[in-house]
Amino acid sequence: MAELLFYEHIDTPGLNTLAGYRRQGGYEMLPRALQMDPGDIVSELLASEVRGRGGAGFAMGKKASFMPKGDMDKYLVCNADESEPGTFKDRELMQKIPHLLIEGMTIAAFAIGASRAFIFIRGEYAHQADVLEAAVEEAKAEGLLGENILGSGFDLELWVHRGAGAYICGEETALLDALEGKRGNPRLKPPFPANQGLYQGPTLINNVETLMNVPHILRLGGERFAEMGVRNSTGTKVVSVSGCVKRPGNYEIELGVPTRDIIYGLAGGPPDGRAVKAWFPGGSSAPVLPGTAEYMDLPYDFDSIAKAGSMLGSGAIIVIDDSISMVDVALKTAKFYRHESCGKCTPCREGCNWTVKMLERVHTGEATPMDLDIMASVCEQIMGNCLCVLGDAMAMPVGSMIKLFREEFEAHIEAARERAGLGVGVPPLPRGPLAGAYPARTVIYAEA
Amino acid sequence: MSTDPAHRLAPLVPRFRHGSRVPGWDDAADLTKAPAVLPDPATTPVPDDLRAEIEGYMARYPDRRSAAIPSLFAAQRLHGWCSPTAIEQVAVVMRLTPAYLTAVATFYDMFETHPKGRHTVYVCTNISCALRGGDHVYEAMLSAAGDDPDFNVRSFECLGACDIAPMASVEGEYVGPLTEEDCAQIVADLREGREVLPDKQLRRRPRAVDLPMGDGLPTAGGTAPIAEGPTAAGNDVRGEKDM
Repeated sequence: MAELLFYEHIDTPGLNTLAGYRRQGGYEMLPRALQMDPGDIVSELLASEVRGRGGAGFAMGKKASFMPKGDMDKYLVCNADESEPGTFKDRELMQKIPHLLIEGMTIAAFAIGASRAFIFIRGEYAHQADVLEAAVEEAKAEGLLGENILGSGFDLELWVHRGAGAYICGEETALLDALEGKRGNPRLKPPFPANQGLYQGPTLINNVETLMNVPHILRLGGERFAEMGVRNSTGTKVVSVSGCVKRPGNYEIELGVPTRDIIYGLAGGPPDGRAVKAWFPGGSSAPVLPGTAEYMDLPYDFDSIAKAGSMLGSGAIIVIDDSISMVDVALKTAKFYRHESCGKCTPCREGCNWTVKMLERVHTGEATPMDLDIMASVCEQIMGNCLCVLGDAMAMPVGSMIKLFREEFEAHIEAARERAGLGVGVPPLPRGPLAGAYPARTVIYAEA
Repeated sequence: MSTDPAHRLAPLVPRFRHGSRVPGWDDAADLTKAPAVLPDPATTPVPDDLRAEIEGYMARYPDRRSAAIPSLFAAQRLHGWCSPTAIEQVAVVMRLTPAYLTAVATFYDMFETHPKGRHTVYVCTNISCALRGGDHVYEAMLSAAGDDPDFNVRSFECLGACDIAPMASVEGEYVGPLTEEDCAQIVADLREGREVLPDKQLRRRPRAVDLPMGDGLPTAGGTAPIAEGPTAAGNDVRGEKDM
């Protein structure tokens, strides 16, 4: 196991204060960074190959290198609107080591030449926002933020901005709209935020954990950092494990360890007598994977999970054991996205709504297997047809559940039909893209 | 309907005498123009501390509109909800229209657009909590609060604390893992003004690797963790919020 970057000393008393953070070697990289050439910092980030920890997994150094050079109003925004179901890593990191985020943001802002920075934190994280605000005040009083930081001539104004409860604001352009005081609707891309973001100025947006990696990358050096983890997935990752496990929580791992070590080793596996039926590898937006040994052996890194047909996302593993009905999970997932769709794009707004309605029909036994095909086609038509990926985030997991557990869905429909006295058997209709994918059956309707 | 032009609902398209439409009649609306009048400062009194707080927020940002969300929070704290008076007071200080601020307030879940009880309890009923009995905790919380008008119990989307699932945010304080019995305790604590479940507060929780392995599911409802479909209270708060 490589060294842990965040969790080794995270419970040291007083680490959330400036003095405590300094005792752990905090703010040592900031003066060194301010002596460096900003371009060299970006080169270190590029060499580290660190990928964004918020969900999309885009290389941070590349994103920073897209920022235009020159004298203009540039902005750095930290995305702390952690709302992806199953994800809670940023909450613990911000609460316990707020100064690491501030140091990382100051270095990143210096590297891209931003003079204003904002931490957009979700409104529900009241305690964490209080901790951050206190930390910002402390840093300002010590001259680590504000004008002429540590005598380098670099100015940075940093504010903590609380959101007000909207999942969509985790999407970077919706976050910018929310930060500008509007309804959080995603924007058309391009222009990308690096060219035209907050207040029409070039803007770099990064996740909390990504920015917290910046001081560590400078301390270790980009190439040394890149040795951690595996190829194309460098460094460590804080994984949030939740659901049907014995010890849910945040665990820092080196990318590329087998998934089994996380779910069974660190989190203790499912309760005794139960087995893992399926798991979300990266928050509720990721397609589910089965809990078979083959998938438990998957290395937990960006590329391996993508190759298996899902995504690492925000690194949130939700474990579903065999006592849970997949129909319930699908309905719960779809309802969440229906509630959180901002309503701007029709495929997402209507697609999420109708998927919920069809899943409710499945639940009450009023559906036929054809509804499963319709749902699959609705999901296909949402993907890639909206401004942002919220609709895709509903379509991918629900579509994968229907694909992987189709027999369970069909059995659920039949059982519910019988319970409701609606008749026995389900009429398969020879229509739709997946017609013929399941065997035809004799249909016997209940006597009227 | 009368053919009298005065009774027409839409304005007439302006035309030249020869019948063609006057150019510019279908120009897009000027979106930078205020669509409604601003409240009159002379007839809209604003408490001094609220005005000072909002002006403080406005000074933080290059564009004053960015202060909309923090200012609405400040007004909501003062008035209990985003009442028309609250919105007008923010509008007059921020020099924005009440319509703009109402549009913002209706978008976000944490703004109350109807009068609500002062004790806010958000119970997470999203996947990770539901797998451990979150829906049952929500039901228990509803029945514990009963019809007390002081309580505002809501089922909420993932609150980002799945490690203490099933959990709730009690006036901003995260507590969990909850059992159904804890709900009555929470309601009693709030009524008495005590600290809520001190030993279950998230802020006191150490990192996960230092905790003992649990027996797995401290669920409030046994082995059927996810509540039933359409009729369950679940996440279905769609009717309460404008989309």
